[in-house]
Amino acid sequence: MASDRIDVRHVAKLARLALTESEVLRYGSQLAGLLTFVDELRGLDTEHVGATAQVVESRNVTRPDVVGPCLSREDALAGAPQAQNGFFRVPKIIAAAE
Amino acid sequence: MISERSSVPPADAAAKYEAVIGIECHVELKTASKMFCGCPNAFGGEPNTQVCPVCLALPGALPVPNAAAIEHMIRAGLAFDCAIPAFSKFDRKNYFYPDMPKDYQISQYDMPLTQGGVVRYWLADGTLRECRLTRIHLEEDTGKSTHAGSGDGRIAGSTYSLVDFNRAGVPLMECVSDPDIRSADEAVAFLDALKRTFVQLGISDVKMEEGSLRCDANVSLRLRGAAEYGTKTEIKNMNSFRSVHRAIQSEIERQTGLLERGERIIQETRGWDEAGGVTHSMRSKEKAHDYRYFPDPDLVPMEIDAATVERVRAALPELPIARYERYVDAYKLSVAQATQLVDNASLAEYFDRAVDSAKSPAGVLNFVLGDLSRLANESGIEVAHSKVTPEALAELVALTDAKTINSKVAKDVLVRLWNDGGSAKAIVQADGLAQVSDPAAVGAFVDAALAANPKSVADFAAGKENALKFLIGQVMKASRGTANPALVETVLRDRMR
Repeated sequence: MASDRIDVRHVAKLARLALTESEVLRYGSQLAGLLTFVDELRGLDTEHVGATAQVVESRNVTRPDVVGPCLSREDALAGAPQAQNGFFRVPKIIAAAE
Repeated sequence: MISERSSVPPADAAAKYEAVIGIECHVELKTASKMFCGCPNAFGGEPNTQVCPVCLALPGALPVPNAAAIEHMIRAGLAFDCAIPAFSKFDRKNYFYPDMPKDYQISQYDMPLTQGGVVRYWLADGTLRECRLTRIHLEEDTGKSTHAGSGDGRIAGSTYSLVDFNRAGVPLMECVSDPDIRSADEAVAFLDALKRTFVQLGISDVKMEEGSLRCDANVSLRLRGAAEYGTKTEIKNMNSFRSVHRAIQSEIERQTGLLERGERIIQETRGWDEAGGVTHSMRSKEKAHDYRYFPDPDLVPMEIDAATVERVRAALPELPIARYERYVDAYKLSVAQATQLVDNASLAEYFDRAVDSAKSPAGVLNFVLGDLSRLANESGIEVAHSKVTPEALAELVALTDAKTINSKVAKDVLVRLWNDGGSAKAIVQADGLAQVSDPAAVGAFVDAALAANPKSVADFAAGKENALKFLIGQVMKASRGTANPALVETVLRDRMR
């Protein structure tokens, strides 16, 4: 039980997940296991290994500034649960005030 | 939302404190296509007609950065003497909002494309100021939500929202300043400097009314002379440079009032209420947002080599601050004249070309900001696109400065150049418009005028100075404006003595 190292409820809230008490316990111990694994990695000698943000070698992959095709509005909205007048319609947005 | 009406504190209280202001602004970059896909970057299209799987975040779609947007960033960075790090990357900023389809925004966290830098700007009285930049980084814009169901378009009380993703994925640069700004006037002058520089660089249209520049301000107060900062508030929802000024001024007054009453400033986000003229607490949670930035695995890092930086640097135009200083220092223009020219790049370039030919900044300036600007306004044609070439204007200035033609004739010649083009010299020669300063020739015009207007001669003899003005006018008319007016007056007085 290493849940003192990770606030599962906070992480769940950030991810918009509604967890039950038993799920909090279950994921808490799973995430704690991951942290233990990270501890193992920490034990490795990385003195000669540079920091990296990407594991692939390529750099500077860009595209020229050229306009390409768009989806038709019908296609764009086809997957929307609700649409109205060409817009995606979404449930009310709760202001930051909550 | 709590409303807190601020009353203007007395002047001595205002003098006690110094405002410390930092600006964060978002500027949409001018490109043909969006940041990570080929959808058009264009304002005002029908909703959801400029979208594709990438900017709608459909499964499996992958972003590819727009090379022009990255180059725009390097231009912006070099314009403000920012460092352009050799290595840069994109990160994901995670949060949920319906106008952001991926549930994260591609942004830059710890390795932005530019770092540091300084914005030099001037105030209306000509004072030069500097504000350091923390960074300028590249990210993507969100879509736009319209809150519906409440009747007034506001989020409070709305029952649903409508989302248009045309703007989602438009390249956006975020400029973050250090807290070096000390007044609402300085804040607006700083924003003016950003705006005119980005326009000059051709990297943004900076149209606040179209949302292509949006800014927030961090405001705190401290006792004058104090070294440490006071508690700051962040002001949002300012939709014009004028509202930036009003909002900052109002917040300075509110904070001054609180401190004078011995109260505490609460660190919070406050929204500017344009109609009410006050800021309101937006009651954001105390806890800082937890955006969980991490490197975007869909995008590979950027390496900007020195050769690229130098290539971009070599292609930079003369920057507004340099042009402003040249006009004020070398040409002795006033702050207002220099600002007017600097803010109209095509007019400034026209001015420079004419001055190059004429070697008379003052003479050129008179025409450029005077009659030429008036003709441009009346016709809707820019001076730089008119038929009056800078070389023709230079000729006209030289003719005027040499007193070959007088100012009245110069105005007429300018109108003819505006309508028909051509050379000022040629028009003056062909039409015999050169100023007549030969006493015999002027004497002939004078004698004719005296003979034709005996009543005026008598009036002048009776002491009416106005009669002289009338007679001068008659001579000028008869000579089609070419007679040297000073000589005309001398000869007239002489003849009527």
